[in-house]
Amino acid sequence: MPSANPIILQMRSITKEFPGVKALSDVSIAVRAGEIHSICGENGAGKSTLMKVLSGVYPFGSYGGEIVFQNEVCEFKDIRASENAGIAIIHQELALIPELSVMENIFLGNEPTRFGVINWAEARLRSVELMARVGLDEDPDTPVKEIGVGKQQLVEIAKALNKSVKLLILDEPTAALNESDSQHLLDLIRGLKGKGISCIMISHKLNEIEQVSDSITIIRDGKTIETLDVKADGVDEDRIIKGMVGRTLESRFPDHTPQIGEVFFEVRNWTVAHPQIADRLVCKNSSFNVRRGEIVGFAGLMGAGRTELARSLFGRSYGNYVSGQIIKDGKEITLRNVPEAIRHGLGYVTEDRKTLGLNLLDDIKTTTVAANLPAISKHTVVDLDKEYAVAEQYRRQLRTKTPSVDEGVAKLSGGNQQKVVLAKWMFTDPDLLILDEPTRGIDVGAKYEIYGIIQALASQGKGVIVISSELPELLGISDRIYTIFEGAITGVLNKDQASQESLMKRMTAVKKSA
Amino acid sequence: MNAIKQLFGGNTRQFGMIFALVALVLFFQWQTGGVILTPDNVINLVNGYSYILILAIGMVLVIIAGHIDLSVGSVAAFVGIVVALTMQDWGLPWYMGIVVGLVLGAVIGAWQGFFVAYVGIPAFIVTLAGMLLFRGANQYFGKSLTIPVSADFQYIGAGYLKEIGPDTGYNNLTLLLGFIAVAALIWGELRSRRKAVALGADVKPLWVSITRLVILCAVVLYVTYLFATGRPGTSFPVPGIILGVLVLAYGFISARTTIGRHIYAVGGNRHAAALSGVKSKRTDFLVILNMSVLAGLAGMIFVARSNASGPSDGVGWELDAIAAVFIGGAAVTGGVGTVVGSMIGGLVMAVLNNGLQLMGVGSDMTQIIKGLVLLAAVVFDVYNKSQGKPSFIGHMMKRLGGRDNPDLAVAEPVKDAVRVES
Repeated sequence: MPSANPIILQMRSITKEFPGVKALSDVSIAVRAGEIHSICGENGAGKSTLMKVLSGVYPFGSYGGEIVFQNEVCEFKDIRASENAGIAIIHQELALIPELSVMENIFLGNEPTRFGVINWAEARLRSVELMARVGLDEDPDTPVKEIGVGKQQLVEIAKALNKSVKLLILDEPTAALNESDSQHLLDLIRGLKGKGISCIMISHKLNEIEQVSDSITIIRDGKTIETLDVKADGVDEDRIIKGMVGRTLESRFPDHTPQIGEVFFEVRNWTVAHPQIADRLVCKNSSFNVRRGEIVGFAGLMGAGRTELARSLFGRSYGNYVSGQIIKDGKEITLRNVPEAIRHGLGYVTEDRKTLGLNLLDDIKTTTVAANLPAISKHTVVDLDKEYAVAEQYRRQLRTKTPSVDEGVAKLSGGNQQKVVLAKWMFTDPDLLILDEPTRGIDVGAKYEIYGIIQALASQGKGVIVISSELPELLGISDRIYTIFEGAITGVLNKDQASQESLMKRMTAVKKSA
Repeated sequence: MNAIKQLFGGNTRQFGMIFALVALVLFFQWQTGGVILTPDNVINLVNGYSYILILAIGMVLVIIAGHIDLSVGSVAAFVGIVVALTMQDWGLPWYMGIVVGLVLGAVIGAWQGFFVAYVGIPAFIVTLAGMLLFRGANQYFGKSLTIPVSADFQYIGAGYLKEIGPDTGYNNLTLLLGFIAVAALIWGELRSRRKAVALGADVKPLWVSITRLVILCAVVLYVTYLFATGRPGTSFPVPGIILGVLVLAYGFISARTTIGRHIYAVGGNRHAAALSGVKSKRTDFLVILNMSVLAGLAGMIFVARSNASGPSDGVGWELDAIAAVFIGGAAVTGGVGTVVGSMIGGLVMAVLNNGLQLMGVGSDMTQIIKGLVLLAAVVFDVYNKSQGKPSFIGHMMKRLGGRDNPDLAVAEPVKDAVRVES
């Protein structure tokens, strides 16, 4: 039993300050040998900062408090020092080199050498063994860019295992994975636990945390709130949420009475080819429609072609158009590029906020107006007063938490960044807003607010498309849900007919439900 | 300390580069026994560096957009020789010569911009090719000879304002320029105070406004005095006036117009800009095109100043311009930089060059010192960012607010990470 195991890691009264911000004011956590210990907290609570302290990203001396690992006081001066002690961190953004092979990535920075020359024969043998341990069934010579995100995650773990890791830190390991890849990964972590490797996991997916954790430490506002023993305390999702937000959330979705009008946006036989590979179709003959005031969900596994569909509709910003029609307000329209799409009243909020959605150098006010500059400029000269006023209005309306709209967007938490992105698109006054994973990486409280914003947009008579990997989310806010499998639409269910099971069936078993 | 903060707004480091410039001037003033701040010398300084500063205006936009232009020296030389030849062989008047030069610059810029923006070749390669190509073209068309230009044309590079009005012992037009600048400063300060009141924002205490105005106006008036009291027949030089107009125009374009916004957006995050409806290819094209037009202008001013166009005009100018931009706080990765910052960066280099020359330091040591200054400025900037402090160079304008996020700056390992979608 883990609870009887000795404590392997103790972090005592950790404090960490950034200029002007106290990120961690008093965090303590104790991890036992061979347990899976989850850290929960809203965005900005200090989880990632704590893990950076532990793994030496923030060197000893730049924080306060004490770290004891395997009964030794640790003063890591960099990541390498913590790795040598047996602590490995796998970041949310994977640290793999796409051009290098699986084997080369596993041994990167840790190559087996003889007289300074890499011994590839040994590397191959060991990588085959390591890949078997993590259940990765690939040729060791395959470039990492050619395998899926789920498998890339496994390469990271293999890399950590190669360094004879004692404590594995996983930061949002399943955020980008589909259901089956997530399950595989969680099984793997449990398997590692059996072999005596402890694991610290950070995740926003509370169901997974509940499923695999032995204990949970909850952090709020840079302080440890409580540590729960999952089995002994009978912890469930609601209990975790209560700890995280400091109150019980009555409901995870705001009340909303849909007022649905007639069909105003229709896509017929939409077919799009992969941008590089002409004979690979990413959207196959897809047809769907959206009614005024309706929230339409799109369910599909990662890689099913949901994002590809959305982006190809949004001014052909992805892939090569093959055939198909877009009909809006009874007229066929052609959207050759993004400006045309915006002009015709489309908006698209990307799933990848940091690389596709935001200029992290910008401040809130310039971001808010970025997609609709003409509205605040005269003869191409931007009216800075209007810009400020518009940004300020959306800040109040969406309740973005920031000292001022002059603040840089990079400083905001995920939820507040998403509000700024939403403000940017709301300011273009779209008729149809496509939201791709609108709540990814956002904490529970902010999710509730984002849902409220989505519903308010629908109430104004706009059409909203929500693409999401989280079925409970789609079931909670959509009026109608389309399912996608391998680039094709496999079905549509009304809110009252849909359930996780009925959706999942259509997202995976194409023949039965087409 | 608090007082200084209020005076200059935000962090005192923001103005580090200006202080460095002032310190440099004072140091040389002391070392050269007051020679650096004599009318003759400041006039020389402006005449000798205005073309580099003009290049830096174009270069900062190129660098903000995430590119680089290595061809500016060769383009300047090529435009210079073509203008000199057409005026000599076809008897074109000086103003037609300028038109020819600007059009040729635009054509060259369109050529390079086409490859960068629409073919997708890195600007480094395209302009490296351009550097060779236009250097060769200069020597081919000019037969490696020096081609003289007419006295009319020389006005844009070596001209002075006329002496008009009553004999005040000063150059009256220069005085007028100085007074206009002072009036503009006062008007600007008043306007921003009125606006702050109208918007209900915090209004600076009155003493801050007044002290600031007094300092700025004193500097402007002193500089005016210097330029107005040179040898008879001299004044604030014509290239300086051209530069001033360009700085105002491009400062405004970059900070206040939609195209300026697009340049920052494309350099900050190309994908996000494209998905917000910015025509990023067109933006790249315009930025590169504009650079060559300004290079053409700089080439013509240089030719006018040196009375002739030669085969080795403009050698190494690209490096001076790029150095000015980076000392001025631009980021190699794009998205960050200001026109005014680049001007200050350029002036630091110019004063350094000029001062060392006056001190009789050889060109060997001058180059070593300039190299170290460039490195030190950027190292200091990067160090400040990595400490989570606002970068003093980069923050000279409020535009750059988002750069001092501690998490962004320190978490280097994560920055290089990749996520590859299969």
